[in-house]
Amino acid sequence: MTFDLFVLPFFFGLIFLTVVLVQKYSRWIAMMDSSDRVKAGMALFSVNLLKSIKEVVLESLLHRKMFKRNPLLGYMHMSFALGWLLLIILGNLESRVYSGGHINPPYYPIFLKFFIHDKRVLPFELFTLPGFFRFIMDFILLFVLSGLVLALFKRTRSKWFGLKKTTQHNSFDKWAITSLWLIFPMRLLAESFTAGLYQGGGFLTNTLGSIFDAILPLQYLAYPAWWAYSTMLGIFFVTLPWSRFMHIPTEIVLIFLRNAGIEQGKYPGSFSEIELSSCPRCGVCIDVCQMNEVDKTSSTAVYLIRSLRDQQPDKQLNANCMMCGRCLQACPVGIDTLGLRVGARSVDNKSIAMDFSYLKKQPFVGEETGIVYFAGCMGHLTPGVKRAIVQIFNHAKIDFTFLDEDGSICCGRPLKLAGLREAASKLVSENTRMIKNTGAQLLVTSCPICLKTFNNDYQLEGMKVMHHSVYIDKLVTEGKLALRPEELKAVYHDPCELGRGSGIYEQPRNVLKQIAEVADVAEEQENSLCCGGSIGELAMDFTQRNIIRDNALKILCESKPDLLVTACPLCKKTYDSANCIKVKDIAEVVAANLVSVKHQPKTTEMVEQG
Amino acid sequence: MEKKVKNFGYSVTRDRQIDFDANNHDVGKIVALAEPTLHLCISCGTCSATCTASQFTEFSLRQVILLVRRGETKGLLKEVSKCMLCGKCQLVCPRNVSTRNLIIQISRALCNHEVSGSAMLKP
Repeated sequence: MTFDLFVLPFFFGLIFLTVVLVQKYSRWIAMMDSSDRVKAGMALFSVNLLKSIKEVVLESLLHRKMFKRNPLLGYMHMSFALGWLLLIILGNLESRVYSGGHINPPYYPIFLKFFIHDKRVLPFELFTLPGFFRFIMDFILLFVLSGLVLALFKRTRSKWFGLKKTTQHNSFDKWAITSLWLIFPMRLLAESFTAGLYQGGGFLTNTLGSIFDAILPLQYLAYPAWWAYSTMLGIFFVTLPWSRFMHIPTEIVLIFLRNAGIEQGKYPGSFSEIELSSCPRCGVCIDVCQMNEVDKTSSTAVYLIRSLRDQQPDKQLNANCMMCGRCLQACPVGIDTLGLRVGARSVDNKSIAMDFSYLKKQPFVGEETGIVYFAGCMGHLTPGVKRAIVQIFNHAKIDFTFLDEDGSICCGRPLKLAGLREAASKLVSENTRMIKNTGAQLLVTSCPICLKTFNNDYQLEGMKVMHHSVYIDKLVTEGKLALRPEELKAVYHDPCELGRGSGIYEQPRNVLKQIAEVADVAEEQENSLCCGGSIGELAMDFTQRNIIRDNALKILCESKPDLLVTACPLCKKTYDSANCIKVKDIAEVVAANLVSVKHQPKTTEMVEQG
Repeated sequence: MEKKVKNFGYSVTRDRQIDFDANNHDVGKIVALAEPTLHLCISCGTCSATCTASQFTEFSLRQVILLVRRGETKGLLKEVSKCMLCGKCQLVCPRNVSTRNLIIQISRALCNHEVSGSAMLKP
């Protein structure tokens, strides 16, 4: 017997799912830029494929990032993903063994215990381990069920799993998750009932089967249980393409494309749609988002992605984000949440056209010095930072040109973050021309916002771009600057664009450690908080900004430091406005503690003599 | 003639009346709905003093806000398009007006107005 009517819900569900997935994938491939298609094709036959497979195993099956976040959360996801895959693979092997190596219809391995009652006798002589499959299949089912128990606990005890807030699901997700959760208990019941009747199961299903046999009329219950199991599978497959579980087939594609070197590109586009479908709505991004503090949980990355995927964009939701990148850091799938939001904003602001034709191409007048300093808009709003940089450069006898001493145009990043990429590109080309005209090899900037865009969006061939904290660190290590230590306890705030945005964490700390004692902060480096002053945020009012600022200050000032040091003029200005602690830029701290390099050896000699 | 007057040291300002009834108040209303801090502006001009764009061209956010509130929106879209959204005005504003969002909302409302003849949202 290899067919029964009850397999139909599963079978049709599977066919439906396959058709929908093929349609979706073909659409994505058709939407791709031809250059991206070539890249993806090349990646199929290169080491990239091995890299992708490794990442799929580590992240999609073993859920390494989830484990790092919280072991229970990691185990729960692993039991579902790895457990189900093992059930499918081993179930297939098992069915081959029992059918003498034939290829079976897809439902056959899934419902094998219905079709073959007595599994104690192996028809295939190859497997000499008696009861191997009976044991292993029951064991994996138990593994999946243990994850299910955890998932049920997670509903009410999400804090055990490291989640304070979890995603509020829509009705499609509720249908999908209910059917998913019922699949495995139904399988257990169906297999146990059959095992109770025929004694053909493993340690779990046999034991349960004999217990059920004693209290229930199994001859009437076994068949309906198989129907229920098949129906749940069918419902899950039909709801999957419109639910969060679309991430299962899409995440693998995303990993492959990312390793092939394909980037988000235009929005909406193929890659961004794949990213949207890859979001499992796990809700890890909710807790890390500071929007919670101002009752704007609804604009966190998970809801942004859902609204975009459901094609119900909300302008307010898109605008409410600091672009600090904490969600990007936390996302276990590695979705470029910031890029998607900028894309959504570009659609919202499509009608807005900026006109910078008034910018006359002014020639660069000044000496060529090799090093140019660019304070940036925010640098100009904090004159103390500018003065400190000039003082440091002069002290180290560095010949430099102050590129925007009399002001300059914006770097373009604020426009880009508002989704006005075309307008931003005009400023980028104008600035590029101006910077290149200086003929310098090194560009030092005070503003991490400028730094990020100079590095990412500008084509400054042969010119290095450095933040002033990195340059000061370089001068100190090269012995061109000497610093005087002070009796001071300081904390360092990592600016979003400098830390998460540009990966600079150590250099400002190294400099600061030469002057003051640097205390640890609960949320620092990659987990650093946003100061609330962000120019990435478009619509939030100052009351809300101040709440975010004050909460961040509370965490920064936990160790009661004398001084809060940062490396971003905007962060400095934001924190300064709270008037609760002295705030200084790293450059200002350095400028206040400069000592002559020549005197340095003398002091050490004196110490030695003493 | 005009040149002569200019050279004289001071000039005669032409009489100017603001006809509130004839003006377009749609844009102001829709902008205030999206960004209520429009009402906080006291036209002090700090924004214009710090403005990056105004170093290169005639541009004043103070004036833009004033004109939006008055309903004198003719030619305003071209004016707003000079902004670089750098955010300096937002940081110096003594009244905490969300100036960047104002620019975006004014642009959106003016664009809608140009396209459909009305900035108001359709019911």
